[in-house]
Amino acid sequence: MEVKININGHDVARDVEPRTLLVHFIRDTPGLTGTHWGCDTSNCGACVVLMDGKPVKSCTTLAAMCMGHEIRTVESLEQDGRLDPIQMGFHEKHGLHCGFCTPGMLMTTRALLDENPNPTDAEIRTAISGAICRCTGYKNIVSAVRWAAEHEAERSAMKQEA
Amino acid sequence: MQTPAPFEYERATSVEGAIATLQRIGPEARLIAGGHSLLPMMKLRLANPEFLIDINDLDELSYIDERITEIRIGALTRHHELLESELLARRAPVFRDAEEVIADPVVRNRGTIGGSLCQADAAEDLSAVCAALKANLVIRGPDGERTTGMDGFYIGPFTTAVGADEMLTEIRIPIRAGAGSAHEKVERRAGDFAIAAVSAAVWIEGGTIADAGIALGALGPTTIIVTRAETALKGKPPSEELFAEAGEIASEDCAPVADGRGPVDYKRHLANVLTVRALRRATARALQQEA
Repeated sequence: MEVKININGHDVARDVEPRTLLVHFIRDTPGLTGTHWGCDTSNCGACVVLMDGKPVKSCTTLAAMCMGHEIRTVESLEQDGRLDPIQMGFHEKHGLHCGFCTPGMLMTTRALLDENPNPTDAEIRTAISGAICRCTGYKNIVSAVRWAAEHEAERSAMKQEA
Repeated sequence: MQTPAPFEYERATSVEGAIATLQRIGPEARLIAGGHSLLPMMKLRLANPEFLIDINDLDELSYIDERITEIRIGALTRHHELLESELLARRAPVFRDAEEVIADPVVRNRGTIGGSLCQADAAEDLSAVCAALKANLVIRGPDGERTTGMDGFYIGPFTTAVGADEMLTEIRIPIRAGAGSAHEKVERRAGDFAIAAVSAAVWIEGGTIADAGIALGALGPTTIIVTRAETALKGKPPSEELFAEAGEIASEDCAPVADGRGPVDYKRHLANVLTVRALRRATARALQQEA
């Protein structure tokens, strides 16, 4: 069947089987391999992308189910050569070690800050409870998200002044 | 790589249309909403539908409405909406208790109450919640609607009273005076299915328990309603001794099996302890001792 999905602002169309999972559609069709395919059982969160702004696990979503919806992947975070504050936070606070869980962590926490710009550590930990990291340790990830929240506030304050 | 076996896909544009397709294709067709139970089962070939009807566009099935005598919840209402509902938190706080421990926030963005109930996994939390609250379920088929209570809904593991050409459309939670409710769950790790879970509801009038609902998750082949404990509570003032008696009954009337989540005696112990805890909190809420 012809499946057309808006991914990072671009319509992407391909003839696929109905059983094609969103994670494979994203990785195979536009070749956006930033979204990682991990446990395949909706447990690990490496495959998280945003669907209409909300984080979803793309290994447990059919591509066909996403027609008419907007998908955002980790590749959409950097804009005009500038990293998203979330990405900068993970860089500054050593929020990644091997990096496998990072795309899902970044998209999950991007959605968190979009909804709640000043989360507590407990709220950050709840938000990432569907994303498993096996090497960095969650402490640095929480610090990275907090860093991003603080610097995002600064950035939007600067924007308002300007 | 895990991928479901091939199937045909259709996106429903109306409830009637979805039911017509169910009727046309027969028992090999399945409805899919959030898909977070069905797709993993299809990947493992535990479910092999030949035809999926995607009902995610049926916005008319997504609502939480307060009526005079009941709260009506559309079957497509997602877990995160149930969690965030102030109405449910006020009227039936057992929902928020349960939703906080169902899977994780990302899964809760997709999973629905209708899907959870129809999956009929005995370890699933909302089935116990709805059973304790004595919910009524609206099932629509080619010949119109019918309503069933939770006591007649589960026929066996992963099997419900919903026919092959029918769909669950609405969950009705009765609103009654003096209500309090709570959910208790023990899990191996955050977001896992329960080792054991208990939902309890009490309706207290004039200092006595006018009615009670107790339902057990993960403690038998289906969600278990502990009728004997409910009867034991009725007409008596709430007390620790009474809760202990209900806990003992729950421990006797559950039917757990030993598995990776624990042995039978441990699960029976949990049935007892969690029943007492759930009743204690439900009662405190009914008596407005707890916000």
